[in-house]
Amino acid sequence: MLTKKQAKIFFLGGTLLFAIIFLGLSYDTVTNGITSHTHPDNMTEAVVLGRTLWDKNNCMGCHTLMGEGAYYAPELTKVYDRRGPDYIKTAVMFKNNGLGWGQRGRHMVEYNFTEKEADGLVAFFKWVGEMDLNGYPAPPTIK
Amino acid sequence: MKYKSQKVAYYFFGLSMLLITLQIIYGFIMGFAHMGYDGLHRWIPFNTASATHKNLLVVWIISGFMGAAYYIIPEEAERELVSVKLAMLQFWTLAIVGVIAVAGFHVGWWEGRKFLEIPRPLDFLVAANVVGFILLILITLLKGKKQTSTAWVLTMGLAAAGLLYLPGMIFFDNISMDSFFRWWVVHLWVEGVWELIMGGILAFLLIKLTGVDREVIEKWLYLIVGLTFLSGILGTGHHYYFTGVPKYWLLIGGVFSSLEPLAFLGMTLFALSMYRKGNKKHPNKLAVTWTLSTAIVSFLGAGLLGLAHTLPQVNLHTHGTLITASHGHLAFWGAYGSLVFAMISYAMPQMTGRRIYDNRAGHLAFWLANIGMITMAIAFAAAGIGQVYIERLAGKDFMTAANAIKPHFFVLIIGATIFSIGVTYFIVNFIRFGLPNDEALRADDKYEALSN
Ligand code: HEM
Ligand code: HEM
Ligand SMILES: [Fe+2]
Repeated sequence: MLTKKQAKIFFLGGTLLFAIIFLGLSYDTVTNGITSHTHPDNMTEAVVLGRTLWDKNNCMGCHTLMGEGAYYAPELTKVYDRRGPDYIKTAVMFKNNGLGWGQRGRHMVEYNFTEKEADGLVAFFKWVGEMDLNGYPAPPTIK
Repeated sequence: MKYKSQKVAYYFFGLSMLLITLQIIYGFIMGFAHMGYDGLHRWIPFNTASATHKNLLVVWIISGFMGAAYYIIPEEAERELVSVKLAMLQFWTLAIVGVIAVAGFHVGWWEGRKFLEIPRPLDFLVAANVVGFILLILITLLKGKKQTSTAWVLTMGLAAAGLLYLPGMIFFDNISMDSFFRWWVVHLWVEGVWELIMGGILAFLLIKLTGVDREVIEKWLYLIVGLTFLSGILGTGHHYYFTGVPKYWLLIGGVFSSLEPLAFLGMTLFALSMYRKGNKKHPNKLAVTWTLSTAIVSFLGAGLLGLAHTLPQVNLHTHGTLITASHGHLAFWGAYGSLVFAMISYAMPQMTGRRIYDNRAGHLAFWLANIGMITMAIAFAAAGIGQVYIERLAGKDFMTAANAIKPHFFVLIIGATIFSIGVTYFIVNFIRFGLPNDEALRADDKYEALSN
């Protein structure tokens, strides 16, 4: 049977080896991969404004984007394709006596976004929608 | 308890108990909101509740880990903690930063980054606090008479967890980059270095509770944490599949994350076989029960439920649905929640001298908490399967799915209620122990001397 020392070498050696592979792959992803999948050239000022608002308001605390976030509100990766810019602007700027946007019983937070900020969010969703996400979200398969 | 300074652990355990209580309250707010009762929406909207729930979770677990380390390291190193004053300072600053963070979530002072919602200025305080903690532990260990493998694995796990917090503090304009490095924290914590902490604490508990030879236990420990990193580091890829990265992550993440359950299976077999081998003479039945359940339920929640959606072919459809919440609950509970409960169950009689080893409240706490949480995981999974079919496969609206799966949230609330009663019993026992005191020194030594 394995001795304690051999087990320790297995642990240290394995960790080192896989950490190096991981760092190598991460380097490639960060320097080339993400650039070629997310077309950062299209990240206009409006997109960055939208991205900042996404972060500042913790939209991810209810929604998912790229499948990441919470599961209380719709997935938004393809919301630009699905709903278009006007619908998105209506939703984020909707005033309803403090209850916010909500069509079917579930409410969003009511925000005081300016026109420019709402446009930023739209631009951000459009940019996210154009990313290459390796096929996510998958098109429906049941008709 | 052998050293007076081990009593510091008590405060961290107490903070853990307070924070889990709050976490549960916010869980109920979200559970009811999913069911359609969102009466608090104007004051505590879902995103506030969710940031609070997730961060309280992380903080109570970390507070439990810190308490465990303050208890274990002096005992393993065979000396007092280098400074009890500084340890208490570290405790109070941790508690204060925690309060500020949670209060901040209620007024929109946060970042929209799941699990890492604490805003950057506070991150620096958290980091400073953790550095202080690690130094105290490390110096105690280095100055000690002995540096055991158990103590090293635990300390290295804690230090690496602190270090890995840093990549989560970098800001990126590109959301895909942000996500990439957020997983360096979240995934490499729960499926990497926290498993070192888990392995270290389990090894300590098994040495104390079973009387099996340290050399045997520590050999297992190295094997298990070896398996953890062999699979878990590249397993990070299972969060990268659909976030704007190259396709090779699908292959690498799929293959290596599928191996991750082996480390958890290792923990299960490890704990069960050490228990069988052991002398079974330790009177603290509650601690034994929680220790074994940690090893088993972590395999169910992290290993099996993780495996269920980790292949890219499956994850394409389940990614970002309530299936994930099912796994998230049972994994966090089974691996880290129960682990903290096991440590508390072991340490409290030692620190206070009161032998609450085997009482009714303690066993009720154990069964209700576990049955409740498993019920919750089943309810989330049922809701998630419904969501996948209706929303993802049939392409219906999100709210069509959400309304259809409401009944599962009723079941969730029932499970959560059972769980909460269990946790309440546990806290009642915790309070019954009273405060730690020096009369408890060397209380239980005789059981450790027994070996098979
Ligand atoms: C009894 C009380 C609890 C209730 C009612 C509850 C309910 C919930 C709900 C409704 C969510 C949000 C799901 C969403 O995004 O829509 C959530 C998230 C979460 N909760 Fe709980 N929870 C409870 C206790 C716990 C405990 C004890 C733990 C850990 C040990 C935990 C860990 C988590 C985690 C990790 C998430 C994020 C899951 C994910 O996004 O995948 N919860 N909880
Ligand atoms: C104790 C260990 C573990 C804990 C605490 C844990 C917890 C979690 C949590 C909270 C999430 C949600 C993350 C988010 O969306 O922000 C998650 C996601 C995930 N976990 Fe785990 N996990 C553990 C182990 C594992 C293991 C061993 C596997 C694989 C075999 C696994 C597979 C996954 C997968 C595939 C996802 C992504 C789900 C999605 O696409 O939405 N997990 N885990
Ligand atoms: Fe993971």
